[in-house]
Amino acid sequence: MGVGITVEQLNAFYGKTQALFDINLTVLANHATALIGPSGCGKSTFIRCLNRMHETIPEARVEGKVRIGEFSVYNGTSATQLRRRVGMVFQKPNPFPTMSIYDNVAAGLKLNGFGNRKQLDQIVEKSLHSSALWDEVKDSLHKKSGASLSGGQQQRLCIARALAVQPEVLLMDEPCSALDPISTGKIEELIFQLKEQYTIVIVTHNMQQAARVAEFTGFFLLGKMIEFDKTEKVFTNPSDKRTEDYVTGRFG
Amino acid sequence: MRTRFHQQIEELREKLLRMGGLAELAIDRACQAYTERDLGRCQLVLENESLINAAEREIDELAFDILATQQPAAVDLRFILAVTKINADLERVGDQAVNIAERVMDMVELPAVELPVDIARMATAVSAMVRRALESFVEGKAELAQAVLEMDHVVDRMRDEAFIVLVRKMNEEPQSTQQALDALLVARNLERVADHATNISEDVIFWVLGADVRHHAQAASASPRPDTRDR
Repeated sequence: MGVGITVEQLNAFYGKTQALFDINLTVLANHATALIGPSGCGKSTFIRCLNRMHETIPEARVEGKVRIGEFSVYNGTSATQLRRRVGMVFQKPNPFPTMSIYDNVAAGLKLNGFGNRKQLDQIVEKSLHSSALWDEVKDSLHKKSGASLSGGQQQRLCIARALAVQPEVLLMDEPCSALDPISTGKIEELIFQLKEQYTIVIVTHNMQQAARVAEFTGFFLLGKMIEFDKTEKVFTNPSDKRTEDYVTGRFG
Repeated sequence: MRTRFHQQIEELREKLLRMGGLAELAIDRACQAYTERDLGRCQLVLENESLINAAEREIDELAFDILATQQPAAVDLRFILAVTKINADLERVGDQAVNIAERVMDMVELPAVELPVDIARMATAVSAMVRRALESFVEGKAELAQAVLEMDHVVDRMRDEAFIVLVRKMNEEPQSTQQALDALLVARNLERVADHATNISEDVIFWVLGADVRHHAQAASASPRPDTRDR
């Protein structure tokens, strides 16, 4: 099951440049939360603070508190432990090109020393079912490489790979921006189903996508979270003029 | 900036204003036709109706296109929804004007009788409601729209009073029944026009404040943002 996320007074920096300012946010478990805002507003930086990917950039640092369920992200936890609980899917599908479909999904578990082949088979199948890819690849699990799949299939393969380590939270950074409308539709349908088992935070440039898949939406601007509310409120009657100007296309 | 989109929104607004002008003209002409027993004005109302119907279709088509192609949100979405509903109400105002004109054409055939009802006063109140409802749309001002809602009670009371005195007239002077019935039906038509003006005002409040005030819900549930009015 998914767990909630609590963010308190989060500030993020790239060297001397501050990218996020005092972000406070509560993400409900087993819900999809969308983050929207113009390029450079800090939404991707924010999502990368949730699984400590931000600190992989030289001179980048974070201040503040993030809790994933009962788990404190910036207080003595190893990044590896954290990332087992928090899966991530990126803008561009990035399957391991030389690995088979099966090995792509199993990679995370194998890396963690998981050796039980029978259980591994079960988890790979379950993950591919969960990412709605099983029917399309079940006959070529070992024959085809991840890179041989279409863009949409590759993205669902990456989702399966993230799910295989049984995370509680799934972060998605513009997961459909490189996909055609049909593949996008499949991923959105998938997000809807995955909410039952995972907490999802999705960064998207596509406001209609946020409106379709997320129960809650946060609007970021210049490193600040301007508004966070139920999605229907943000898209029908936002409280802040800046949010309204953005969702109605008056800037950005 | 979504320039094309905002041009379409402005085009929609202008079309609705023209439609509002036609509906307002229709109801004013119908009321004058009643007070002056003027068949020429009745004819103008009947001719005007096809223009109103055509304008209604045009507005719906444009609103439909914008919804399908632009996926509007927030104040723009509320605006388009309000426009489609106001459009339907204005078309119904046009229909009521036609009903009144037809009633007048019927009345002119009959001998004139003194009726104990001031239809002209009611018509003035109803015309003012339609005019102010449209002004609230033009200016995007919820408080103007709210004032129209409060006027509806006055017109309702006028209609009730007209019913009482006209039914009494029918009982006391059966030979005037046809004329009294015509006046009573005109009073009912006018009261319905007032209801449409009320609906238009509620839609303006929804657009400007995002608040649903239909069926006596309170506008105060949403706070206005002054900048919204400039849209």
